[in-house]
Amino acid sequence: MSNAGRRPRLWIPLSLAGILLIALGAARGEVDTVFRKAIMICLECIGIG
Amino acid sequence: MVNASKQRIRGRGLIQLLFAALTNSFVTGFAAGKIYQGDLKRLCHPGLNCYSCPGAVLSCPIGALQAVIGSRAFNLSLYLMGFLLLVGATLGRFVCGFLCPFGMIQEWLYKIPFPWKRNRFRADTALRYLKYVMLVVLVIALPMLLVNDAGAGSPTFCKYVCPAGTLEGAVPLVLLSGAAKAPGDALPAGPLQPQALPGLPAGPPLLQGAAVLPGLEAQPVYQTGALFTWKMAVMALVILLSVVNYRPFCKYLCPLGAIYGLLNPVALYRLRMEESLCIHCGRCRKACLMCLDPEHRQNQPECVRCGDCVNACPTGALTMGFGDKRRTDETAGAASPARQTRG
Repeated sequence: MSNAGRRPRLWIPLSLAGILLIALGAARGEVDTVFRKAIMICLECIGIG
Repeated sequence: MVNASKQRIRGRGLIQLLFAALTNSFVTGFAAGKIYQGDLKRLCHPGLNCYSCPGAVLSCPIGALQAVIGSRAFNLSLYLMGFLLLVGATLGRFVCGFLCPFGMIQEWLYKIPFPWKRNRFRADTALRYLKYVMLVVLVIALPMLLVNDAGAGSPTFCKYVCPAGTLEGAVPLVLLSGAAKAPGDALPAGPLQPQALPGLPAGPPLLQGAAVLPGLEAQPVYQTGALFTWKMAVMALVILLSVVNYRPFCKYLCPLGAIYGLLNPVALYRLRMEESLCIHCGRCRKACLMCLDPEHRQNQPECVRCGDCVNACPTGALTMGFGDKRRTDETAGAASPARQTRG
């Protein structure tokens, strides 16, 4: 016998919410903001600025 | 009674190494002191992997989160929240145990023989809350609230704490530049930029620096000062602590671990316990370097899914994998670190 009963599969709605948020974020241009930041060496971030 | 064959978690070190190599496969960057600037950087690494590392082909989720929060256009990042929610809900802290390059480095450091290894001490439980403070204060609140005249926030966690950025980004770039100034040298006021090379016309200042100055084949020369010294000190401390303590950055400071930890109790990837097979020998507890009690609580925020407890279990009562194949204890996982640790 296992040590717990059935649990709600919360990972399913959370994953769906995650996918939805990704889509919304991409639609409003956040991916470009991430990209612009990531292709430049962030001197401030790594302490050499 | 369940007739189950004993599960062995094998090849974790190899998976860690291969994933770190794959996601840092821009070898040209290491040779030329540049960073990857291709489209893959629109995507995020699931683990902590600095996007200013010369080899990195993906973005760091914590750096990206601060970048979007601190940008003038957005105060919240739906893209990053969604990404972290998706990864956390499916994999949880499996990412920490299998996919995070900085976690792997800390594990290597812990393998260095040292007579005084110490994972249990009085402040351990309280210190584990620090990573939630890092997440709320340094990753979210300060980049959102402390903005300059232009309305841009600063990536506070990366700037003042993150040793992964120092180790993976700053150290290689400074070494590759070959001409770093000595710590303590005064920095010029104004926007951050690579030091102008002698004989070159002065150009417009770069707000965030650049991999290579436009039109130049030569490598930029980076300036090191008080901030660099501070970051090196933090990195050195984490490295030294990693020799005596198992994954101290993951346990006490990592904001990414805090996010995935909150989702660990409900994540699809789970640790499963079959009580009818458990003989209460306590070997799982002894094997756990995160000082947890897998016999009684399997899916707690602090578990990095290393699988040591599964391997130590003599009867196969503990297994790890996707889903509830052998129903698990999920509710206990929502407990606070104080209830999860043994020490």
